[in-house]
Amino acid sequence: MNYHFEFGWLFEYYPQIVKGIAITIELIAVGAVAGILLGIVCAWVRALGPAWLKPVVAAYVELIRNTPFLIQLFFIFFGLPSLGVQLSELQAANLAMVVNLGAYSSEIIRAGIQATPRGQFEAGASLAMSPFETFRHVVLVPSLQRIWPALSSQVVIVMLGSAVVSQIAAEDLTFAANFIQSRTFRAFEAYIVSTVVYLMLAILLRQVLVMVGWAIFPRGAAQ
Amino acid sequence: MLSRRLFVAIAAIATTIGFGSVAKADALGDIEARGTLRVAVPQDFPPFGSVGPDMAPVGYDIDMANLIAEKLGVKVELVPVTSANRIPYLQTNKVDLVISSLGKNPDREKVIDFSAAYAPFYNGVFAPAEVAITKPEELAGKTVGVTRGAVEDLELEKIAPADAVIKRYEDNNGTISAFLSGQVEAVATGNVVAAAILAKNPPKRPELKFLIKNSPCYIGLAKEQPALLEKVNGIIAAAKADGSLNAIAQKWLGTDLPADL
Repeated sequence: MNYHFEFGWLFEYYPQIVKGIAITIELIAVGAVAGILLGIVCAWVRALGPAWLKPVVAAYVELIRNTPFLIQLFFIFFGLPSLGVQLSELQAANLAMVVNLGAYSSEIIRAGIQATPRGQFEAGASLAMSPFETFRHVVLVPSLQRIWPALSSQVVIVMLGSAVVSQIAAEDLTFAANFIQSRTFRAFEAYIVSTVVYLMLAILLRQVLVMVGWAIFPRGAAQ
Repeated sequence: MLSRRLFVAIAAIATTIGFGSVAKADALGDIEARGTLRVAVPQDFPPFGSVGPDMAPVGYDIDMANLIAEKLGVKVELVPVTSANRIPYLQTNKVDLVISSLGKNPDREKVIDFSAAYAPFYNGVFAPAEVAITKPEELAGKTVGVTRGAVEDLELEKIAPADAVIKRYEDNNGTISAFLSGQVEAVATGNVVAAAILAKNPPKRPELKFLIKNSPCYIGLAKEQPALLEKVNGIIAAAKADGSLNAIAQKWLGTDLPADL
């Protein structure tokens, strides 16, 4: 291999990379928080919710889990304007990520809820808690704690999957790498830099999620 | 004995070369004697030239080739070429004319001659009629879609004001979709892409607002063929005057010929 590496362009283009990183972080921050909340609501409906709502949520979850993320994104960005819903590329990207993570996380969280022993529900009822209070205080937190590692992985997958939002001209990290590649023709270097940044972001995100776990789950409880 | 054979061989070669240069000296007479006009046309560059449903080439350049052959009173023989080999085909006398969306530049002018322009080829900023833009400065505050890395992208970056929002899509389809779905107010692209949008009869019709780069198409022919060049230029001028060239432009590009072509 006698490839001559050339990273001089970094000085000219680093603002673009920094902006790309900021947008990727913004996307995953909004996507993770809103996506997990949506997932909790959907998991509650599917496990314990009213019977009439279950097919609706099931249809949503199956639709999202069985279609490509890119198509969901194109549908929101290029398709919805036909119905009069005009979203900017960042709004579209955020919405697509929330909807996508909502469906996947609901299945993970539902597994945690269904693994809750029957006695926990009865214990809640015997303390005169309403079904909602039982769910909120007795079922949900231990459920989340059980599936937290799996949920963390899903969040990281969605963060990495956010690379495709560059297809609708959202100027995330992948867009920055593509842009630099088409201006400098230094494809190898541009993608080395973006690979390293994605790797660091993923490791960082995992650490953040571990710390969130420490904060919201009782210390010393079994993982 | 040997020297006699050598002499014959040399004479034969000289004769061949001699005939070759005779043929080259009067391409127009050669075409008329042969009764066919050999034209290099594209087969992979719609709407200028592509393969039709019956496997025959169709497009702007093919219609142009037919028009010229008809005016010359000869049959047409279409020779499919790629953009890389279209000039070598002409230089090696495999074709009489290159009608293959060929642009003019100084390097090409050293090796072949060019007719008058016969087709518009340019890129510029396009938007629906109701968007008022006439020059780059008026893009201020507007969102413009462009295909990332294309010539228009690089040029637009230089001429657009700082507060114009340039949205870069991966390919022409992304740019077209963004325009049609209203995600951008204008697009910077080529007239061929604009023609592809118009061909689908969309609710938003892209109209040229200003030119970024103009590089019309010319017919290429071998050097030093004044009779053929004059004839071809005459046919082009007549076709512009009687509207038949405009009809070809309407058919394949969906717009009238620019006045300055």
